[in-house]
Formats: sequence, structure tokens, C-alpha cells
Amino acid sequence: MSTSPSDRSLSRSQPFDLSRNYQSPRAWFGVIMTILSGACLGMALLPLFAVIYYVISKGINRLNLDLFTQLPPSAGTTGGGIGNAIVGTLIVVGLAALISVPIGVFAAVYLSEFSSGTLARWVRFATNVLSGVPSIIVGIFAYGIIVLTTQQFSAFAGGVALAVLMLPIVVKTTDEALQIVPPEVRWASVGVGASDYQTVLRVVLPAALPAIITGVTLAVARAAGETAPLIFTALFTFFWPQGIFQPIPSLAVLVYNFSTVPYASQQELAWAASLILVLLVLISSVLARLATRREIY
Amino acid sequence: MTTEFPLNEAPRRLSARSPREQILDRGFVWLTRIFALSVAGILIWMAIEVGIESLPAMKEFGLGFLTSSAWNPVEDEYGTLPMIYGTLVSSALALLLAVPLGVGTAIFLSENFLPRSIRTTLIFLVELLAAIPSVVYGLWGIFVLIPAIRPVGQFLHQNLGFIPFFSTPPIGPGMLPAGIVLTVMILPIITAISRDSLASLPPDLRQASLGLGATRWETIFRVLVPAAFSGIVGGVMLALGRAMGETMAVTMLIGNSNDLNVSLLAPANTIASLLANQFAEASGLQVSALMYAGLVLFAITLLVNIGAEYIVRQVKKF
Repeated sequence: MSTSPSDRSLSRSQPFDLSRNYQSPRAWFGVIMTILSGACLGMALLPLFAVIYYVISKGINRLNLDLFTQLPPSAGTTGGGIGNAIVGTLIVVGLAALISVPIGVFAAVYLSEFSSGTLARWVRFATNVLSGVPSIIVGIFAYGIIVLTTQQFSAFAGGVALAVLMLPIVVKTTDEALQIVPPEVRWASVGVGASDYQTVLRVVLPAALPAIITGVTLAVARAAGETAPLIFTALFTFFWPQGIFQPIPSLAVLVYNFSTVPYASQQELAWAASLILVLLVLISSVLARLATRREIY
Repeated sequence: MTTEFPLNEAPRRLSARSPREQILDRGFVWLTRIFALSVAGILIWMAIEVGIESLPAMKEFGLGFLTSSAWNPVEDEYGTLPMIYGTLVSSALALLLAVPLGVGTAIFLSENFLPRSIRTTLIFLVELLAAIPSVVYGLWGIFVLIPAIRPVGQFLHQNLGFIPFFSTPPIGPGMLPAGIVLTVMILPIITAISRDSLASLPPDLRQASLGLGATRWETIFRVLVPAAFSGIVGGVMLALGRAMGETMAVTMLIGNSNDLNVSLLAPANTIASLLANQFAEASGLQVSALMYAGLVLFAITLLVNIGAEYIVRQVKKF
């Protein structure tokens, strides 16, 4: 009777070793892969910290009252601020929110409250596809429907472009917020005799309001940093905003325009404007995280 | 039997809602339905609008627009081969760098390598990468990234210059910095979707594999990644769509040269950058040619996005 080597090892007096073997190639492979994937994470986060570090260190010098109240300096001169671009950004993003929030919220109400089946599936699909459309394409759409017809670059055209970009975000976050509201709340409302619109407007929407506001805030922060659709719809000016049917300056376009000029003062303003945009995104993201932690029901 | 109401009081009637209420109710439902349809309608309107505006250029240049490399607004000659090449190569370069990094990050963040509280913070930080405005990445790229990678470009040119991709000396802006910045911008998408599809796998899979005696990494490579593969592919396609449409950071870093050059160290152009650069000052046929280029980009990204959406949706079913 021949015994294979493994059989012989089992029949020995000393017991088979089941403890973890740190010398085996399998263990080494695991350790190396763990280190590699950890390094991936490190390399992924490196640019984030690098961007935040440079934006703060280069922009902080100009973060004073002048930055918010003065007009940008003309080429070669020093001083000045980006007050007009801040006001312009507020106007354009405000217009965009004014257009996209009602449409988005009501569309989401339809998706989560009134529709079941095919239509909602297609609309959700279209919303996802719309959120993947490049922002520059949204820009040429706004250029085509507004700038070409009115023969005028305007804050309004920029607002429409940003509204199209915000719309899918608003629809998605509102849709999700409404779906978290438990159905019992709706049954209770209908049970005491409320009609559909009363249930939605008085009960469901208020319950989901914090989450909706969070979503809108994120959408606004995202839109404030959008540049591509604004460079040929809202254009840019060195002056204070003149009304919504005139070209209007914005922070994002200011960063783009001033990043490629050889003048130190304008470059500094580009960094300061970037700092404001990054702070806006950081603060809104952190607030959104804190806000979504709480639950109403 | 039915009248238990006191006889001196009229019985309270539970009638249907008043006609006014009914109209209000139905009107409200219709209002929301119209808004919902308008979201989908905008997508179609966009395609039609861009299509109509590009008709003159389509008539003038036909499909030769895609294969000609002349872009000369003075003589009204337009062709987008260099931009299509630049769009594809810059996105391919970004995917090449971002897929391993993103999937590695996703694995690290989806398995139990770290305590949960640290993991959620890190996941938040990765998501933050996607929220930084593109134009800020562009500014950072011009003043920090380009000087930082100049020695790398120099090294590649001197030692590997015989490869066509490194055949020109680096002059600063070019395909390489644009590709690197695109990598940073699409990495969060790949990470988020890969992590989602890894995390949504049934726990039985992992337990069964570990129970058979596989190590953690054997489980990851032989069981979890194959099971989540289609989800990861969907995420990569979404990232590809984003990379091809990304405009500002690329425009600021790629150099905007309309000549076709194979070298990654030479300036190039993408369709999105072309639009960003020329639209504000365009007139006449040039507007139409730009719209045509936009339509090409729109069509490509739409196809990629719909494909990605389809794949991701298939995955969610189980």
C-alpha cells in the first residue's frame, strides 16, 4: 500500500497546522494587493488636497472687502475685486433656480406620486441621460434658442443653460426625497379626506422639504461653478450687471478669462474667485451631508 | 334600520367632491405630468435644435466634415478630424489611468479594510473630487500640474522619443496634462459606481468563497469583481461620456491646436474645447459648423450614456 506524501503528513504524530501562515505566497499576495489598493485611494485623494491647498494658499491674500465690492482691474493695473462677478453669478444662478426648481420638483412629484410604470421609467431614463449631456452642448442649445433669436448675449440665456443643467439634479434628489416619505403618511392624509393635491402640497412635500432643499443647494453650488455653458451665453463684462437681457459677468468665466492672462493681479483674482467657488462647494457639501443625516419620519 | 340619525336633523351627506375640487385635483396631476414630460422633452428639443442649426454645415460639408482636418474660418473650410481624434485620445488616456485607480479605490472602500467611520469620510472626500468646478481644475492645471509634469514629459521624450506618442519635446499644454486632469475628474464616477455594484452584491457570495478557504483577495478577484463586472463596465462608460464632454479644464490645458499631431506631448484640441474657444466670436457658416461639431459630440456622448445607463440598470435588477 503506497501512501501519498500528504497522507503521510496527516498520519504523523504532530497535528496538522491550521494556524495562519504569513509566509505563504497567498498571504503575501493579499498584503501586496491591500497596499496597492490603499495606494490607489491615496493617489485619488492627492489631487483633491493639492487643489484645495493651492486654491487656499494662492487665493487667501486677496480675500478682503475690496474683493467683494470692487470691479476687476483692467490689464496691467493692480487692486480691484470681483464684486460684479459675484453679483452676476448670484443673478444667473438665481434665474436658473427660478426656472428649474418648480419644473424639477413637480416632475419629481409626478414620478413618485402619480405615475406607475412605463412613463415614469422613461422619464427617469431621460433624466439620467440629460444629466450626462455635456455642459457645452447645453450651452450651444441655449445659444441656439435664445442668443440666436434675440441676437444678444444675455444673463437670461446663461440662466436657461444652467437651468437645464440643474434640472436632472433637482428631479433626482426630489424623487429620492419623496420616496423616503413613508406611504402611511399619504394614507393618513387621504384617509381624513384630503385630495391628491392637498396631500402632496400640505403633507408629502413639507415632509420631504429638508432633503429637497439640500438637493437644490447642491445643484446651485454645482451650477455656480459651471463655466462652459456661460462663456457664449452670458459672456462676460468688466462692469456691474446691467439687467438680465445684457451680458453679465460670473465667477467661473472670470477664472477662465483671467487664468490665461500674463498679469499677476488678474491671476490673483482668478485664484480668489476659485477660492470662493471651492468654499461654496465645500460648505454646501458638508451641510448637505449633515442635513441628510436627520430623518423626519 | 338605516336611519339611526335623529329625525329632526338632516343626515350628514358624504357626497363626492365638488366639481371644482375634482378639476383642481385632476389639473394638478396633469400639471405634474406635463412638467415630467417636459424634462424628457428638453432632451429631444436639444437634439432637434442643434440638428437644425447644423443643417447648413451638413449640406456644405456632408460626412467629409468628420474626416477633413482643415479648420479655417477665414475661408469657411471646416473639418473636425483633429478634434475627434483629440476627444477620443484624451478620453482614452484618462480611462487608461482612471480605471485601475478608480477600481482599486472602490475595492479599498467597499471591503472591510478600514473602520466604517473612516470609510464614510473617505467616500465623502472622493465624491468631493467630482464637485470641484472644472474651471478650478483648469486653473490648478495651468499653474501647478503643467510645471510639475514637465520633467516627466522631458524624460519620456528623451528616453522613449522613438515612440510616436512621445516624439515631440513637451512645450507645456498638451494631451498629457489634459488627460491627467480628466483622470482626476472622472475617477469619482468610476469609484462611486464600482463601489455601489461591489457593495450591492449579496453577502452570501463573499461568505461562500471565504468559507471554501479563499483569502480575501482571492475572493475579490475571483468572485466579487467578476460578479460586479457589468456594473463596473457601466460606470466606466459613464465616465467615458463625461470625459468626452468635459470642457473647461481640457480647454485650459490641451493647447487648442487644430493640427493633427500624434504626440501626447504636443498641443491638441477636442470638440468641446473647439466649441468653448470659438463660439463667442463665431458668425455665419462658422456657427453652423460649430453646431455640427457639437451634434457629433452630442451623438457620441448620448450613445455612450444610453449604453451605460442600460448596463447599470440591468445590474440593478438583481
